[in-house]
Amino acid sequence: MNRQTWLTPANLTSSGRPSLLPDEIERRLLSSVDIDLESSSTPVLKSGLLSLTSHRLIWIDNKASSAFSIHLSSVVKVFPLKKNLFHSPRVTVQVSGGQRSSDVVAVIVIRGKNNDVDEFYGKLVKVWRERFWEITEERESARIDNGGGEGTSRPWAPPVVGVTGILRKEQETWENTDKSLQDSFQDLNALMSKAKEMVSLAERMRQTLLSGSNPQNTGNDEEMGSKQEMQDWLLSVGIASPVTRESAGALYHQQLSRELADFVRVPLESSGGMKNLIDIYCQYNRARGTELISPDDLLRACALWEKFDVPVMLRKFESGVMVIQSKTHSDDEVFSRISDLAVKTYALKKGISPSDAAITLEIAPALAKEQLLAAESKGILCRDISPEGFRFYINLFKDIDVQDMYRIQEHSQLHLWDSATSSMWQ
Amino acid sequence: MQSLGDFKLPDFFNYPPYFTLQPVRETKEKQILMWKELILKYCKSQKIFIIGLEEEFPLFSNQKIQRSLNNEAREAFLSALVSEGRAEWIDRGHKRCLILWRSIQEWANYILDFVRENGLETDVMTIEDIRCGIETRGSDLERIDRGVLMQALKILEQKGKAAIIESSSADTGVKFAA
Repeated sequence: MNRQTWLTPANLTSSGRPSLLPDEIERRLLSSVDIDLESSSTPVLKSGLLSLTSHRLIWIDNKASSAFSIHLSSVVKVFPLKKNLFHSPRVTVQVSGGQRSSDVVAVIVIRGKNNDVDEFYGKLVKVWRERFWEITEERESARIDNGGGEGTSRPWAPPVVGVTGILRKEQETWENTDKSLQDSFQDLNALMSKAKEMVSLAERMRQTLLSGSNPQNTGNDEEMGSKQEMQDWLLSVGIASPVTRESAGALYHQQLSRELADFVRVPLESSGGMKNLIDIYCQYNRARGTELISPDDLLRACALWEKFDVPVMLRKFESGVMVIQSKTHSDDEVFSRISDLAVKTYALKKGISPSDAAITLEIAPALAKEQLLAAESKGILCRDISPEGFRFYINLFKDIDVQDMYRIQEHSQLHLWDSATSSMWQ
Repeated sequence: MQSLGDFKLPDFFNYPPYFTLQPVRETKEKQILMWKELILKYCKSQKIFIIGLEEEFPLFSNQKIQRSLNNEAREAFLSALVSEGRAEWIDRGHKRCLILWRSIQEWANYILDFVRENGLETDVMTIEDIRCGIETRGSDLERIDRGVLMQALKILEQKGKAAIIESSSADTGVKFAA
């Protein structure tokens, strides 16, 4: 099968969402779609997800491991939708094979029952006609035209005389209105594509900041802080083409789940591999801009992670606090950091509070408390409740010999604690 | 090293979590073990028999670190002693606890040994003689809890080593067998 000429392999994100081109927007998703060649009876691509974007048709296999795309610019013709009782609905398109081979006629067989075929077909035709991928070029050329033709556009205006004059005057007003209307719409289009540019600009700046901060870590704290802040701002600028109910339909939660998995990667990295679900909810919605999701949608999206091979997971602590954590995040590592913290001199003297741990672990205090409680249940820490508050100490109970309770073994944590605190009782 | 009177306190007495009842099972078991041991040791050294839950008890608070046991913790530690036979609740409401730093049987043996060593066989002694008399001064029998003493004497009586003489006019007397 000669796939290469008309099907291009497409990239996927780590959680199986198509990675979109600059300016590309996802318009519609369909499930259980085959792509066949009209000339051959065996399907080329069988039973996958089809994503219609402003630029391409992207077919993704069911395991979300590989994808192929047809760029809409290579679609020569879209044939009328074929629907009958005995077959799954099919959309036939003629795809240019490029210069070296002849055109092929590809058939998109839509087998999923939940799909709104008519709407998809309408969208496909609309998107294909819009030629959105050419908008940038058009805008460029339009600007050149305007700039060059200003002085010469009306070299001679005929005098306004008689009825013809009035009519011509009327005609001109009409044309002007029409033109300014068109202009304003073009402005709107320009604004939309500008918004995209802003997003990509933000992304680019973030990359620069990231790469810039690595080689010289000697910068003072304040500078690092402001860089960090800048990065956070840029990060929250946005998701260019969020999954919506409208575009994804029945596949909404599934796709949302994958998009979310892509999104949380960066916030997780900056917060020690774990983040409160509520924080993620706020950040995610902020990144989505106007396409807000409900808390319930978020939960359902997280719950679906179990079914996909994504590098993140939802975790519920005993207290009911829910967090998102990356699968590489290990509790053991956190515990060892907590026990390191707990044997520092001041911690031996005064114990550690959730906010102390939050600073060391670089996570939110509420989460830090969960981690401390988890370390306590592992026997690493012990609690101390007093009017001064709720604090944790390294667990010394296990070091004490009940038969000989005055004995302090050398090199034990008890010994460490004893030497750190003995000066306090003088 | 800190001390309460002439009692030397272990270092962990200044460890703040020692005064908070630990929720994690393994840690809590160890903590209870440590408290049981310390209470018995302290009571023995100070000859204390009764701990009242609602009264001041020097061991249950540490001024140095400003920590003290709450009632739940006090009751947990004393109950642990009770379930092991090393203490008894005196009242139903679990407000007062008799600490048996020697078991009743051990007390009986102690009395017997004391009587033999001091040649008090065949003498008749009153309970007050035993608790406050010249003979027992300086021994563990001095200021022994009345209830504990009576229970120990009853054990001796059952074994035929002593005869308890009840009297309506005077204090109860006891005659040790040779």
